Amino acid sequence: MNAFRNTFALKSSGDMARLGVILALAGLILFGALRYENFLSQYNILSFLRYNSMFALIALGMAFVIMTGGIDLSVGGTAAMASVVAALLSPYHWAAGLFGGIAAGLAVGALNGFTVTVMRIQPFIATLATMLAAYGTALLLAGNQSVSVSYDSGFTAIGQDDFLGFPIPAWIALLVYFAGWLVLERLPVGRHVLAIGDGEATAALMGLKVRRTLAAVYTGSGALAGLAGVILASQFGAGQPTEGVGWELFAIASVVVGGTLLTGGSGSVGATLAGALLLAMVFNILNFENGLGWISLSAYWQSVIRGGFLLVVVVLQARLMSRGASEGRV
Amino acid sequence: MLLSMHGICKSFNGIPALRSASLEVGEAEVMALVGQNGAGKSTLIKILTGAYRRDEGSIAFAGEDVSFNMPAESQARGIATIYQEINLAPQRSVAENIYLSREPRRFGLIDRRAMREGAVAVLRTFNLEIDVDQPVAHFSAATRQMVAIARAVTQKARLVIMDEPTSSLDEREVAILFETIRTLKRAGVSVVFIGHRLDELYRICDSVTIMRDGKTVATGAMAEMPKLALVRHMLGKELAAFEAIAKDADEGAQRPVRLSVENAGAGVRVRNVSLTVREGEISGLAGLLGSGRTETANLIFGADRLERGEIRYKGQARSYRRPAEAIADGIGLVSEDRKVDGIIPDMSIRENMTLALLPKLARSGIVDRARQDEIVARYIAALGIKCTSPDQPIKELSGGNQQKVLLGRWLCTDPKLLIVDEPTRGIDIGAKAEILRLLRRLADEGLGVLMISSELEELLAAADRVTVLSDGTSVAVLPRRELSEAALFAAMAHQVE
Ligand SMILES: Nc1ncnc2c1ncn2[C@@H]1O[C@H](COP(=O)(O)OP(=O)(O)O)[C@@H](O)[C@H]1O
Ligand SMILES: [Mg+2]
Repeated sequence: MNAFRNTFALKSSGDMARLGVILALAGLILFGALRYENFLSQYNILSFLRYNSMFALIALGMAFVIMTGGIDLSVGGTAAMASVVAALLSPYHWAAGLFGGIAAGLAVGALNGFTVTVMRIQPFIATLATMLAAYGTALLLAGNQSVSVSYDSGFTAIGQDDFLGFPIPAWIALLVYFAGWLVLERLPVGRHVLAIGDGEATAALMGLKVRRTLAAVYTGSGALAGLAGVILASQFGAGQPTEGVGWELFAIASVVVGGTLLTGGSGSVGATLAGALLLAMVFNILNFENGLGWISLSAYWQSVIRGGFLLVVVVLQARLMSRGASEGRV
Repeated sequence: MLLSMHGICKSFNGIPALRSASLEVGEAEVMALVGQNGAGKSTLIKILTGAYRRDEGSIAFAGEDVSFNMPAESQARGIATIYQEINLAPQRSVAENIYLSREPRRFGLIDRRAMREGAVAVLRTFNLEIDVDQPVAHFSAATRQMVAIARAVTQKARLVIMDEPTSSLDEREVAILFETIRTLKRAGVSVVFIGHRLDELYRICDSVTIMRDGKTVATGAMAEMPKLALVRHMLGKELAAFEAIAKDADEGAQRPVRLSVENAGAGVRVRNVSLTVREGEISGLAGLLGSGRTETANLIFGADRLERGEIRYKGQARSYRRPAEAIADGIGLVSEDRKVDGIIPDMSIRENMTLALLPKLARSGIVDRARQDEIVARYIAALGIKCTSPDQPIKELSGGNQQKVLLGRWLCTDPKLLIVDEPTRGIDIGAKAEILRLLRRLADEGLGVLMISSELEELLAAADRVTVLSDGTSVAVLPRRELSEAALFAAMAHQVE
């Protein structure tokens, strides 16, 4: 075990979990490629990326929140609300839809940041409340139904078109992930996020601006959920006030599968992406399995299977972590 | 004056921690801030840096009235602080911890190479060669303390505050720290140094501010403050006259010696300790915080290894390698912090009490339940433990009754020598007296008791003789007839050359 770890220059059990998710992802891809004829077809790959970019985006925002030791349950509601706002604004200009949707998400995120840092409400409670408020606002704005987007302003290109043969949502996700990596690994604020997750009181004593950083993290998570909502509206041609249910769980799961501790203080942008892709891949493979016709899984069964898979991964991660902890100090 | 704090008041939940405290520090001055545990030193510091908000009072720094809302602000103004509870982010690397909040940058991005090299360079000045990419959690308390110190001194501050920086350092590391302080002073930086070991304070500090019960009670130049006066200010007893220290123990007692420690030493905490416990007596062990009392107990008990000197138990030289050997020999230790290494909160009284006895109770691995019940019932009655049943979880008991269960744990092993470290800490007055009476009764039945205590009243009331430690050295043995507050003060302030 130790020799293995040294070979790969793995410093912590977090690295082990991250390596695990990448190996699991590779394994699943291999499995799919061998078992299903069209698994590696251009069509499957591109639609996989187009659809799952939304989830990857909210997973990144969630990763930062979780690294501070918090949680953001409002991302699904925020995305739904942003999709409605984007759809309503899309007739004016595609950019109005895009930035309006992001701004709506950012506003929800800023509200989360305010309640968590200034009002000192627990993140779990604060974001649960904004989740409900966001769904309510979405339904109000949409008049209780989905709002179709404008097909004339070019807004639908955001979610549906390709650029250099690659879906635009995937380009967006790629860029945002690169920015996220840069922030976490190369900018002071990223290191401060991790230090705050390590212990808020200590971070404050070390002279970090804890409240400001936390507020920025929640705001960022909201903005990314808003961006996901924009892509949702653009891709499906409508603002969807009732979409987004369970997205927060998908995001949390991606982060955890990516080796980030729910207690905060550690995490990786790359592994979060791998975690999101892994979960999406499980879904994709279930679809193919349905297509083979051997079994027929309802959406409910798919949820059960995905949940079971998650449980296995989380348990594995917890065991890796506790082994890391019991190795003790040098 | 670089810093002047006046009339600082602060209450936590209505309980005052500071009542009109003050602190003045001049340019390039090394100021000692002393006081007993709970005097309010750390609170005063945290109010200065903005970690806590003050209720009343004024603070002027570098000629301006200031009121910092958070540590980031005081840090930006040139106050670097090493807090008592080492303030580092455990999962972040050593290099990051040194530079967190003022990372070196290149084109806006963190210059990781500069950070790593800077960290290595500054740690080298502390004689510390460690992998700065490792998380600080991987290192010992002493190393983490040095990292915290490195973080503070690289901040180019005008005032560096060190809250008990030496408590986890050894002699060599303390020397390095003091050299650093002198360098800071030469560069015109002022230092506030909070510490308990008097010789350290006299070695490094120019002036001293003494706090007691949330108030500043005395200030002055270190050289003009005799140790005796300093201790008196700290402990708050105004005594008219001090008697000479009697160096001879009470040889009148003719009882056989159960334990004798002669010139014992180990590490830096225990330098040269001699003491005696006779059969049927309560022998007290006094000293200020950090004087080596608990460490001496650990040495006798085999929790630490004896390096110098001799420990004789019932006339034979002994050097236990493990507590288990001491226990087998009939020695018990009721430790200082019953929450940390004494009681197991969720377990029952029965289990807590018979923990040390289990090896004897078990026959081929199975506990003899009938004997266990019988023993537990006997000691619950004998010690007057108030509980609903032996199966009640120990955490539900009052502090005094928990302490009795711990005493019971050792008594049922039928010890010949019992070491009790701060036996009445955190216990109400009534229960205190009861515990002391209990110890007295046990001694009268022939047990030898070594009682470590910070409470002078307790020693005066219960001890047949008191050995006083100062900086790991036994500096006086006071027999019962010479015991007085004055004599204890004088001995605790004793100058060790
Ligand atoms: N955060 C806090 N909450 C409540 N009480 C506190 C807090 N910090 C300190 N105190 C109390 O204030 C008093 C002074 O403590 P402290 O400043 O830590 O003393 P010292 O550093 O001199 O040992 C103590 O009685 C302590 O219990
Ligand atoms: Mg303190």
